[in-house]
Amino acid sequence: MAILDQTADESAATPGAGAEHIAVDAGGERASWFQITPLVVVLALFFGLPMLVVLAVSFFDFDRTDIVPAFILDNYVDLFRSEVTLRLYTSSIKFALIVWLVTLVLGFNIAYFLVFHVRTVLWQIALFLLCTVPFLTSNIIRMISWIPFLGRNGIFNQALMGSGVVDQPLEFLLFSDFAVIVAYVHLFTLFMVVPIFNSMARIDKSLLEAAHDAGASRFRAVAEIVLPLSKSGIALGSIFVVTLVMGDSFVVRTMSGGQSASVVSALQNEVAALQYPPAAASAVIMVIIVTLMVAGILRLVDVRKELAR
Amino acid sequence: MLAAEGGRPWTFYAFAAFFALFVLFLYGPMMVIYILSFQGPSGGMTFPLNGVSLHWFDALISQTRVGDIAGSFQRSIGLAVAAAIVTVVLSVVAALGFRRRFRGSAFAFYLAIASLIMPGLFVGLGIALTFRLLGLGTDWYTSGLGAQLTWTLPFGLLIMFAVLGRFNRSYEEAATDLGATSWQRLREVTLPMLLPGIIGVALFGFTLSYDEIARTALTAGSANTLPLEIWAMTTTVTSPALYAIGAVTTVVSFIVIGVALISIAVIQRRRTRGTGEPI
Repeated sequence: MAILDQTADESAATPGAGAEHIAVDAGGERASWFQITPLVVVLALFFGLPMLVVLAVSFFDFDRTDIVPAFILDNYVDLFRSEVTLRLYTSSIKFALIVWLVTLVLGFNIAYFLVFHVRTVLWQIALFLLCTVPFLTSNIIRMISWIPFLGRNGIFNQALMGSGVVDQPLEFLLFSDFAVIVAYVHLFTLFMVVPIFNSMARIDKSLLEAAHDAGASRFRAVAEIVLPLSKSGIALGSIFVVTLVMGDSFVVRTMSGGQSASVVSALQNEVAALQYPPAAASAVIMVIIVTLMVAGILRLVDVRKELAR
Repeated sequence: MLAAEGGRPWTFYAFAAFFALFVLFLYGPMMVIYILSFQGPSGGMTFPLNGVSLHWFDALISQTRVGDIAGSFQRSIGLAVAAAIVTVVLSVVAALGFRRRFRGSAFAFYLAIASLIMPGLFVGLGIALTFRLLGLGTDWYTSGLGAQLTWTLPFGLLIMFAVLGRFNRSYEEAATDLGATSWQRLREVTLPMLLPGIIGVALFGFTLSYDEIARTALTAGSANTLPLEIWAMTTTVTSPALYAIGAVTTVVSFIVIGVALISIAVIQRRRTRGTGEPI
């Protein structure tokens, strides 16, 4: 199984070897641009341009049926005046923080188990795939699969009542913030596992042996060697999880049964009511806040070596 | 380090148990809805099973009130195939271009990363507004496909970076030294060696598109894709038919994943056998 051996080699080999040592020359530069142009064009047309349009529309006026080109600040003024805004951001940030903490603890321990406890590469790949496969199936289906579990007459309540732990079914399980967080953790933990796994796989195992020989406890070795050396993976995973939770509207709508809201789910309501300019303004503010959060993470941890090619 | 010379430390068993619980957490609920999709005709959304039947699968086709399952399924498959093909071609070619340092490479790279982490609904909103301002109608195969590419292309690019990171360039150099033209080198050395990674990119392109919802919601036009149809069903359908469509769509995903993994394994095995050495 060559791919497995390659994976094993990778941890030993210098990361990103080979690629960068080619001298820059004009012909090569032109060839590179030629190669990346199709991708850049698609992203510019369907991502760059639309984002500029959102920015422009956030200053537009609107009436009941259409958007009216203008340059007004009303959409932003309304956004900052509304009390709902703060409540929505509090709710979104609360979800993001809780889910970040839970996925971090889960992701770190799972990656640690896969990298340092699983001995053969074959098992490592098999268990890694076991974690990855659900990610390649439908998010919505994975989300609704919690309904028979958490419902009033669901499996969890049946088990609790059957074993006599409670005599009334727990009401808070489904269609609540609890259900929203369970679904987020279920959907997004993988985004934490993969980057942390990648950075841990590069840690030279002899460092841990040295720590062990020098008398460090297992816990201390993790805290002082593994944790600092997987920082860039943790940062990358955190960026994924935070942006996914902050940008979500589908999970919060379904799993809270409409009782909780997030910034983006409120935005989705505005879009449904054809109020595009306020929705655009809300998106712009959200992008600024998420960018600040990402910048904060990047300031703490330099992830460039994780992304280095 | 951890007792390589024999017995496992106790922490191994603690971690193994923890990992097993996590896997149960990942798969348990999914398994439950597959079981419940075989619920008898009088059964409800949760246990107990009132008999075993294919009633709810039949309902997907025969009952019009559950929505346009067949049509949306066809659209989703078509979209996923298109997204996979475009993603493979563009991201493989671009990743090869990124192997050189060149002016503007950082810009192109960060454009892709920004596109990846931007909340999907915002991208969809932007595309919908752009099409509206240009006076174009949105359709799943135009704006919908474009919206999904803003998600599948950066993913494909990152996977190709990982694949190329462990690609040994001396094989390419050897090809050049032996007199291969750059086209021959690409076709007969580079691409065959990268094939398992390319299959991986195709797998991600397909499944990410097939399950996408946030970017597609505002850009699919009047005809729904399958995830959008299922999303609509979550509020209107309160029968195990919802689980039946979940089981069907997951089976499709599993088939695609299985085909991709098996073909990668076959390619790797052939290589190991051919040379006796892993490449």
